[in-house]
Amino acid sequence: MTIQEIQEEIINEFKIFDNWMDKYNCLIKLGKDLPPIDSKYKTEDNLIKGCQVKTWFHFTFKDGKVFYDIDSISIIIKGFIALLIRVLSGQKPEDIKNADLYFIDKIGLRENFSPLRANSLWKLVNRMKAEAALYETKMNTSK
Amino acid sequence: MDETKNTHKISALDVIKIRNDFPILSQKVYGEPLIYFDNGATTQKPRVVIDIINKLHSEHNSNVHRGVHYLSDQLTRMYELARGKVQDYLNAMHSHEIIFTSGVTASINTVAFSFGEAYVKENDEIIVSEMEHHSNIVPWQMMCKRKGAKLRVVPFNDKGELLLDEYKKLINPKTKLVAVVHVSNSLGTINPVKEIVAIAHENNVPVLIDGAQAIQHQKVDVQDIDCDFYAFSGHKIYGPTGTGVLYGKERWLKEMPPYQGGGDMIDRVRFEHTTYDELPFKFEAGTPNYIGAVGLGAALDYLTGIGLDNIKNYEKKLLDYGTAKLTALNGLKLYGTAENKTCIFSFLLNNIHSYDVGMLLDKMSIAVRTGHHCTQPLWEHYKIEGSIRASLVFYNTLEEIDSLYEALKKIQKMFNE
Repeated sequence: MTIQEIQEEIINEFKIFDNWMDKYNCLIKLGKDLPPIDSKYKTEDNLIKGCQVKTWFHFTFKDGKVFYDIDSISIIIKGFIALLIRVLSGQKPEDIKNADLYFIDKIGLRENFSPLRANSLWKLVNRMKAEAALYETKMNTSK
Repeated sequence: MDETKNTHKISALDVIKIRNDFPILSQKVYGEPLIYFDNGATTQKPRVVIDIINKLHSEHNSNVHRGVHYLSDQLTRMYELARGKVQDYLNAMHSHEIIFTSGVTASINTVAFSFGEAYVKENDEIIVSEMEHHSNIVPWQMMCKRKGAKLRVVPFNDKGELLLDEYKKLINPKTKLVAVVHVSNSLGTINPVKEIVAIAHENNVPVLIDGAQAIQHQKVDVQDIDCDFYAFSGHKIYGPTGTGVLYGKERWLKEMPPYQGGGDMIDRVRFEHTTYDELPFKFEAGTPNYIGAVGLGAALDYLTGIGLDNIKNYEKKLLDYGTAKLTALNGLKLYGTAENKTCIFSFLLNNIHSYDVGMLLDKMSIAVRTGHHCTQPLWEHYKIEGSIRASLVFYNTLEEIDSLYEALKKIQKMFNE
């Protein structure tokens, strides 16, 4: 599925929620269900810096696609991470770099991605895109 | 113009009337009435403070000191009157012992630099406590690094009370200064500052007290405490942001060199040599926040009008009620259970991360703070990274505590705890 198709799918799934509590219940469930990453990736270097909530970021490349391993000590942040992984993990670097993540607005959770918030989400999205862009540049120069 | 005193002097505290003095408290957040429990971070402003700041900007603004015109004279008089109000509030002996700063951080940095320059040498020691805010640790570390001095730390017990026997053991002939917090911003502990000062003074060691979380909850008499320095921030005592106070005994302030150089703090400037102005101006380089200072004066008048004893008694009721209510909640662990504390509830809920709890409380229109509250070493004592902190003041209510309790129960349910 393309990034856009997955976003549309998530927007549809969130349509049944008509209040904040249902949405956050869903995020809590997604967060609890997201498998923890291998403890070898939970290093100081892999921490997203400057966040109140410890969040570890790791990625791999396989067959021209980017795969993310991300974990957090906050279940709700993990819920958001599960959504981001669903949308971006396994996609081509070029598509990730150019992705317009409009689903965040459409499901009404944009406030959590503000740089003003003490969580790691906006930095995380930037990092996911930046690493993809870097990989794309490397692939192009090695051609 | 000078009279900003609260006109509704009341014998006992009428919280409904008081809440009407704070315009921000009547607003709704996400459609529900705002419950503001983040007073440790900053307090809201009463109308008298908002009005005077507006009025000064609209009708009186002019730079203070050395003016030759009407407006400057008028504002200089108000600025110095505000200094007198702070002097009265702290019961300082002299008005020139009151230095206006931008807040506690600036006040402590001033002493760390100027005291350090005057008195601290290699291998000397400065004592702080394990429960200090970073702003009462880092300036001393910087000074220690500059001077080759060492930082010594007074530990506390699990209730959050300083171990005075350990403190006594730490004092030695190399000790140059003790810097300790009056009330812990993370735990609410009220430290026995008078005793701490007496012990230091027996050894001829001066004491700085960080009063950021104390000054708004109880009477503070610097002569009675006999501290050498006392620092507080205006915005935590219902005054404007960017205002603060450093009280220092005349003796120290006279001897210490200035912290910052510039305009307003000089007597005579020549390229070869500059002489400094008298106190307090020696420590107030540049244009001061004169409108903020007058606003702070208005805030102090407001509190005096309500009565600090009334405030203390009411906040004690909130503390007792809140402690009983919150500790009845299964899965809630309270940090900071000192016998003598202010109305701060620092807690964790089951195994739910503090950020998650804070985020969901926000959705229920309850404003709290989460994380380490700028006291990372304090949390190392408990082997955790931080807490959820609800810090209450005299405009909060018992009903709001009930709402917090119900909201926490909802959060537990959401997490199936």
